[in-house]
Amino acid sequence: MAVTLKLNGTTHQVDAEPGTPLLWVIRDDLKLTGTKFGCGVASCGACTVHMNGEPVRSCQTYIEDVEDAEITTIEAMSEDKIGAAVQQAWVELDVVQCGYCQSGQIMSAVGLLSENPKPSADEIDDYMSGNACRCATYQRIRAGIQRASDILEA
Amino acid sequence: MTLTTSRRGFIKGAAAAGAVLVLGTRPDGALAAADADTMLTPFVRIDADGTVTAIVKHFEKGQGPATGLTTLIAEELGLTMEQIAYDFAPSNPQVYNNLLFGQIQGTGGSTAMANSFMQYRQAGAAARAMLIQAAADSWGVDPAQLDIVDGVITGAGHSAPLGDFVAQAAALPVPAEPPLRDPAQWRLIGNPDVHRTDSAIKGNGQAKYAMDVHLPNQMVAMIARPDQRGATVVGFDDSGAQDVTGFIMAQTLPNKAGVAVYAESTWAAIQAREALSVDWDMSGAETRSSDQIRDEIMAALNAAPTYNVNGSDPAATLTALEGANQVIEQTFYFPLLAHAPMEPLNCTIEQTADGDIVLHDGAQMPTGPHMAMAQIFQLPMEKIHIKTMLAGGSFGRRATPDADYQVEAALAFVMTDRSRPVKLVWTREDDIRGGYYRPAVGHKVRVGLDADGAIVGWDHRVAGQSIAKGTPFEAFIVRDGVDHSSVEGAADTPYQIPGAFFGLTDTPKATSTLWWRSVGHSHTAYVMEVMMDQAARAAGADPLTYRLSYLQGGEDQQRKAAVLQLAADKAGWGQVPAGRSQGIAVHKSFGSYVAEVVEISGTPEDGIVIEKVTAAVDCGIAVNPDVIKAQIEGGIGYGIGHAMRDQITLDGGAVDQWNFPDYEPLRIGDIKAIETHIVASALPPTGIGEPGTPPAAPALANAISAVGMAVVADLPMSENGVSFA
Repeated sequence: MAVTLKLNGTTHQVDAEPGTPLLWVIRDDLKLTGTKFGCGVASCGACTVHMNGEPVRSCQTYIEDVEDAEITTIEAMSEDKIGAAVQQAWVELDVVQCGYCQSGQIMSAVGLLSENPKPSADEIDDYMSGNACRCATYQRIRAGIQRASDILEA
Repeated sequence: MTLTTSRRGFIKGAAAAGAVLVLGTRPDGALAAADADTMLTPFVRIDADGTVTAIVKHFEKGQGPATGLTTLIAEELGLTMEQIAYDFAPSNPQVYNNLLFGQIQGTGGSTAMANSFMQYRQAGAAARAMLIQAAADSWGVDPAQLDIVDGVITGAGHSAPLGDFVAQAAALPVPAEPPLRDPAQWRLIGNPDVHRTDSAIKGNGQAKYAMDVHLPNQMVAMIARPDQRGATVVGFDDSGAQDVTGFIMAQTLPNKAGVAVYAESTWAAIQAREALSVDWDMSGAETRSSDQIRDEIMAALNAAPTYNVNGSDPAATLTALEGANQVIEQTFYFPLLAHAPMEPLNCTIEQTADGDIVLHDGAQMPTGPHMAMAQIFQLPMEKIHIKTMLAGGSFGRRATPDADYQVEAALAFVMTDRSRPVKLVWTREDDIRGGYYRPAVGHKVRVGLDADGAIVGWDHRVAGQSIAKGTPFEAFIVRDGVDHSSVEGAADTPYQIPGAFFGLTDTPKATSTLWWRSVGHSHTAYVMEVMMDQAARAAGADPLTYRLSYLQGGEDQQRKAAVLQLAADKAGWGQVPAGRSQGIAVHKSFGSYVAEVVEISGTPEDGIVIEKVTAAVDCGIAVNPDVIKAQIEGGIGYGIGHAMRDQITLDGGAVDQWNFPDYEPLRIGDIKAIETHIVASALPPTGIGEPGTPPAAPALANAISAVGMAVVADLPMSENGVSFA
């Protein structure tokens, strides 16, 4: 079926079967590869994108459900005030190791800071618990979110 | 770059002649320079415009060589980190071999920095010497008066960008032993403010992993594999797959290990494979269950060991135990573990117009797939090219001796007409169920103590599945029948243990076994450090001072003792707040020494909380202190996460676990804080990717014992009486 997709401020026409996960439309059709495939079952968060500003797992979000939504991926985060602050903090603290999960981590971190500008360590741990990092960069993710919070406050 | 007219003219001429300075080693190991056309594949490339690129021979899975090796070149060449780029080396084992692996190009055993430290500094230093000589000749000054500072050759009243002298430098002989910069002058090596070279691209979606390869007209292939490894394809029915939009075809792999499903997209491949029905011949299939594997290991532990690992007299140890005042005994079991890197395995193969084969891969051990593909495609090595991409983790999984997933991709590609590139993709289920696990291993240890609590005998038997036997690595790792990777960290411990005997028995493999971050140390450290703690407890001694009493020897003991003391001091050992308890462990692996103190609250019954881990590491010269800290943080998480709750179990040969919901990764809230301290050292750098892992789980186990629970001798902990909050 033909689907109209609003992604990163641009409208795209894509041809996808109903039931196709948004993840594969973003990666295979639109060739935006910053959004990652990690588990396919919404258990790792590597595929996190924003739908109308809220983090969702794109591997479990189906193309027919996003037609009227604004989708945002990591590629557009530098244009977002919170996104840019999180990316700056990530570089300052060298959060990444292999980096494969980090797009999803950043998308979730932006979601957290959007609703809670000054999260405590426990609030961060709670909100970020669905984003797995096999390199275990968690302590820097926690610090990175706190640093981004400070950047935004300044 | 702002250029004067005369310089622009010079550069133009140089570029027309193709002048670039490349520094590498010839096959005989000598440094050599050449222009790009003769391609003596280099470690440092300097283009005519002065752009410097470090050629990194180790793949980047997050452990830092794209930063560390680039730093070495920048340091010697007098560049800032902003003035140097990096690129991954092509596959060429004559030039880019790991100096600790013989003629194999590959990353593993935490050797990237250890084997590259002198090689990359020398390459950078030779380039510096030649550029300075060229400038000195041009200016008519003594080269000793010149240096390169922030990319500018300067001294004797002159100053010019190094790019101005690339052409002349390339024509000069390469110094045999270029002088290296004095460590006292280092600005980048050891500097805690040097950032990773890959942070920005990994935070903005621009980093390219093999999974991100989209070649024009490519097909995506997935392999339908049997539930029980070793089963072979009899036939298949793809009528269901025919209904999937984007399905292209299905074909049995030439080795009958599975059916390759080809599709236009990843999602189509997933669906088509799901819809495929395959008949399997089970005659060669694994049908054992985990209980049987465990029984085999336990039976082996209770029989005389096949191999005497340390050459001591086992009878003397038994006599010492018989004469002991008390004997503590413990049997341990370690389950199969998957590596589960974040990026599911994948690679892409294409054929070029002139018949060459190109593999796009997060290649950990390029020489393996390179040789395998030369064989499969019946091509000479120089017609096979490997494009190394960023790797989304590995933990050992990408370094299979049989190049398993690259061979799968090659077989899937060789069956086609090769007009379309084939991208092989694994799902997480393929990964968790795909074999190649940390072997299942058991240990049985008896420690005899005299009336003062001192050790008089240590009888230590290991039984488990060999990693190296039956692989091309056997010749390097197995000696006199002993697979060193089964006993490393135990039989060669720096602890000075009197009356120690180490024995080993191999048990049958249930699945393919593979090195898993820290390899044998992933279990030997647990056993050594839990037993040391139990011995200290039985002796009524403090676990720290008890350990130190067995580390009174030379440098090996002193370095181990120093990290132990440093971690204890920084953790406030012995002064834990109310409601908290601590456990300590120390281990040497891959040449490095790491001690860790785990501080917990709660109880095993109501739920343990890991409040803090304090680590101390001695890995020789700390080339990039922040990367080292990151590796220790990650190593701790990897060790603790699996010890807490992960295992692979088999039921009739089929893997019970399927994806992250039942192979649960460490999560952000599982460890509240980690603090890492680095011992200052002028010794050559040793490993850092793995050494953080071994002491983490035993330090946690010892902290749990400190709150009154018996030894956690079976892993994972959550399946054996310990709950986590």
